[in-house]
Amino acid sequence: MVSPYNPNTSADRLEILRAIGVSSVQELFADVPFEYRDSKLELPSSLSEMELLSDLEGLAAQNRHTLQGPSFLGAGSYNHYVPSVVQAIASRGEFLTAYTPYQPEVSQGTLQVAYEFQTLIGQLFNMDVANTGLYDGATSLAEAALMACRITKRYRVAYIDTLSPAYKDVLETYTIPQGIEVYGVPNSMEVLSSDTACLIVQSPNFLGYMEDLNLLGGLVHKTGALLIVSTDPIAMGMFRPPGDYEADIVVAEGQPLGVPVGFGGPYIGLFTCKSEYLRQMPGRIVGRTVDHDGRTGYVLTLQTREQHIRRERATSNICTSQALISLMVTVYLALVGKRGIRRLSEICYHRAHYAASLLVEIPGYSTFSNGTFFKEFVLECPLPARDINLQLLDRGITGGLDVNHLVPNGMLLCFTEQNTRQDIELLVNTLAGIR
Amino acid sequence: MTNERKIRNLAESDRRLLMDRSVPGRSAITFPEIGVPEQLLPPKELLREDVNLPELSQLEVVRYFTRLSQLNYSVDTNFYPLGSCTMKYNPKINDQVASIPGLAFLHPMSMEEASQGALKLLYQLQGYLEEITGMKAVSLAPMAGAQAELAGILTIRAYHLDRKDHGRRVMLIPDSAHGTNPSSAAMAGFHVASIPSDSKGNIDIKMLKRMVGNDLAGIMLTLPTTLGLFEPEIAEIARIIHEAGGLVYGDGANMNALLGQVKMGSLGFDVMHLNLHKTFSTPHGGGGPGAGPLCVGDKLALYIPSPVVVRLDVNEKERFSFVRPERSIGKVGAFHGNFGVLVRAYAYIRTLGADGLKQISEDAVLNANYLMTRLKDKYDVSYDRVCMHEVVLSARKQKERGVRGIDIAKRLLDYGFHAPTMYFPLIVDEALMIEPTETETKETLDDFIDALLAIDQETMVTPELVTGAPYTTPVSRLDEVLAARKPDLGWKPLND
Repeated sequence: MVSPYNPNTSADRLEILRAIGVSSVQELFADVPFEYRDSKLELPSSLSEMELLSDLEGLAAQNRHTLQGPSFLGAGSYNHYVPSVVQAIASRGEFLTAYTPYQPEVSQGTLQVAYEFQTLIGQLFNMDVANTGLYDGATSLAEAALMACRITKRYRVAYIDTLSPAYKDVLETYTIPQGIEVYGVPNSMEVLSSDTACLIVQSPNFLGYMEDLNLLGGLVHKTGALLIVSTDPIAMGMFRPPGDYEADIVVAEGQPLGVPVGFGGPYIGLFTCKSEYLRQMPGRIVGRTVDHDGRTGYVLTLQTREQHIRRERATSNICTSQALISLMVTVYLALVGKRGIRRLSEICYHRAHYAASLLVEIPGYSTFSNGTFFKEFVLECPLPARDINLQLLDRGITGGLDVNHLVPNGMLLCFTEQNTRQDIELLVNTLAGIR
Repeated sequence: MTNERKIRNLAESDRRLLMDRSVPGRSAITFPEIGVPEQLLPPKELLREDVNLPELSQLEVVRYFTRLSQLNYSVDTNFYPLGSCTMKYNPKINDQVASIPGLAFLHPMSMEEASQGALKLLYQLQGYLEEITGMKAVSLAPMAGAQAELAGILTIRAYHLDRKDHGRRVMLIPDSAHGTNPSSAAMAGFHVASIPSDSKGNIDIKMLKRMVGNDLAGIMLTLPTTLGLFEPEIAEIARIIHEAGGLVYGDGANMNALLGQVKMGSLGFDVMHLNLHKTFSTPHGGGGPGAGPLCVGDKLALYIPSPVVVRLDVNEKERFSFVRPERSIGKVGAFHGNFGVLVRAYAYIRTLGADGLKQISEDAVLNANYLMTRLKDKYDVSYDRVCMHEVVLSARKQKERGVRGIDIAKRLLDYGFHAPTMYFPLIVDEALMIEPTETETKETLDDFIDALLAIDQETMVTPELVTGAPYTTPVSRLDEVLAARKPDLGWKPLND
């Protein structure tokens, strides 16, 4: 096979070998001990571009995706509309095929976008400073907990137990090896132990409901701990941002802002904090400066926090992150703007509440809580959610997440601008017919 | 004001930020009506008055970002020989297949009945990567190389703890290692000890033997090393570590040199990661997303990050499922890894097959040695031996003429080339680490060589020309000290 990606012809190779002064390429591998050379690879034979396309289309056809009939899955990955401009900009080779802006003179595009991203994310959460993004919402939360331990020099981390189970899992992966103790508390707790570094609150929480940040914030700060809030960026269009409640670190999954659900990634972890904690922040940070001729320009800054300089004493090991996704988020926020984000937020809110009002009318169904929710809530069903979901699937509907382990027969339903009134009523009518 | 000055001011104003460009009332996209009977709103004290985001027209948004893109160098526009980053061509078909709706719009919490195609893709990719590395199990969950390092070191930790071997606190790391290695080891709770390199750029084995003891947890090695060299004693090093009760971690950043030549598993590595955005051609995206599959041998298979995909056929029908490995270190992300990146790597492996993969390492090594051969008279080579997929030059000689490595790097930008990796590895004075990859033509390599030779000439005749570079880029050298001293990290309203 002639690789479509290697330009060297046999003649080129011979000429290069001659220039180097060896007679075969294998001579260049002389340092690899002969007994370990192993060129046998059992892999499927190579495919042409059209064969490849058909292979992937075959695999894709075995999936049922969110644009094929109504889908009510959320739980940390949200089926919001991705505007055409986002993909058009993100697929430009100048952004797509560059790397970390180590040479700022030829990376001003990437750098200025990152500065815009930091600005817009900070404004969304009403927080002082943002970094350029971490891997996803869960790792942002884990890094926030590590940061709180560094700041307070305390090694216990508390979370309100309505936190996403997956986020809790990642939190434990990151913190326990460093000797940090992680423990859950109910949102009705009245005191936080004085050796706790931070309280983690997810709001809207995993089940969709808003937590009382006002109350929890006061409780936390009394003991000298930090308040870490994980939130939904789309909710920021109508709900007061965590920054209004004196949150010290605010993180979120950035996927709802213009990124396809994509079977779970690539997404981006949003990460913001109060400016007094800037030097403990993980990840890349971009700053505005001037060039030799006095012109405005942007550079990676405060790098002495980072692994390539600080090595084992760095604030985090993160290097390559999710820059392209931060571009998508920036384009998205520029597109939807001040009024769009509010509108989106309102559409989700009203549709979810409309759905809830109809669903509780079906005999045997009720909502799990009377609390304030945004676009998700838990429906208590008369049957296991998994059984209902299989029946819905047969009828071309993707139901909500089975959360039986948290709420018996519970189904976590999500409503966005992609779910029309017809979709909602179809769901209600179909559920009413399931026995 | 001179005309030049006016033009420059115009160019400057062209870089106004989104918030500066915002005009109340403009809109770049419309959304549907609320479309359902309006519901009772939550209490007013929970609600926000205003979100401070820009208001622009759609064309303004498109033009703003398109113009910004044109300020970048990228693989699609320029030769980008950034060492250890493997800036090879990123095939367009891989982007296209990743955007097929059945993959791009598949929800991560879909029931397994509704996501068999995606699961099968992941299962097959795990198998391909096991075969390529000679390892026994693969977790595709880590979202970048550094995250895989952390996860991999955590599997080593879990292994020792499971054996009630509690005293193993030390992770050995060569002085030439990438910064993520010591940082990841520290994040996993280990104490880092640095091993020196010998005069040939190899690990100092005598020193290594003195450093291993019953507090040894393991060693992290990059192969080929960050000097672009294959460590000939690698099997002996693995033997020493294993004898002392430690495990061997392989940083796969440089696997482009070894595809189809040697399997890391047979060299004695217990765990390693691959960087799909390097070796397997997925786009670097300006700094991610990447993916860092973690590949392990038998000893560590129980511990890898959750989830992995298994095949458990039902009634002789193929059936794939996510499972959590029995003693997993846990999850490293909310879902199953950077799926969109994994799809691209799958497509790349399917396109090339075994022969195509082997051709990658051969051409990559060939091209790097060609650069070294043609440049070593003018630029010092720290270790005069065959290199692998990249060559580390030193600007020692040029430094004597008052020109530093960084100046040469900046001058290369004027010639239309991205700079090599600079000042890394730390153990080489004025290092210029050059990785051409297999996807560049000999003509491009020759142009690049000519540029470096011309710059060497300039360092003798007009050194100030080099130290003042670059001249042709959108901005000249930027004041990084100012940026760090007075951090300006986001737009502020003028009256603030």
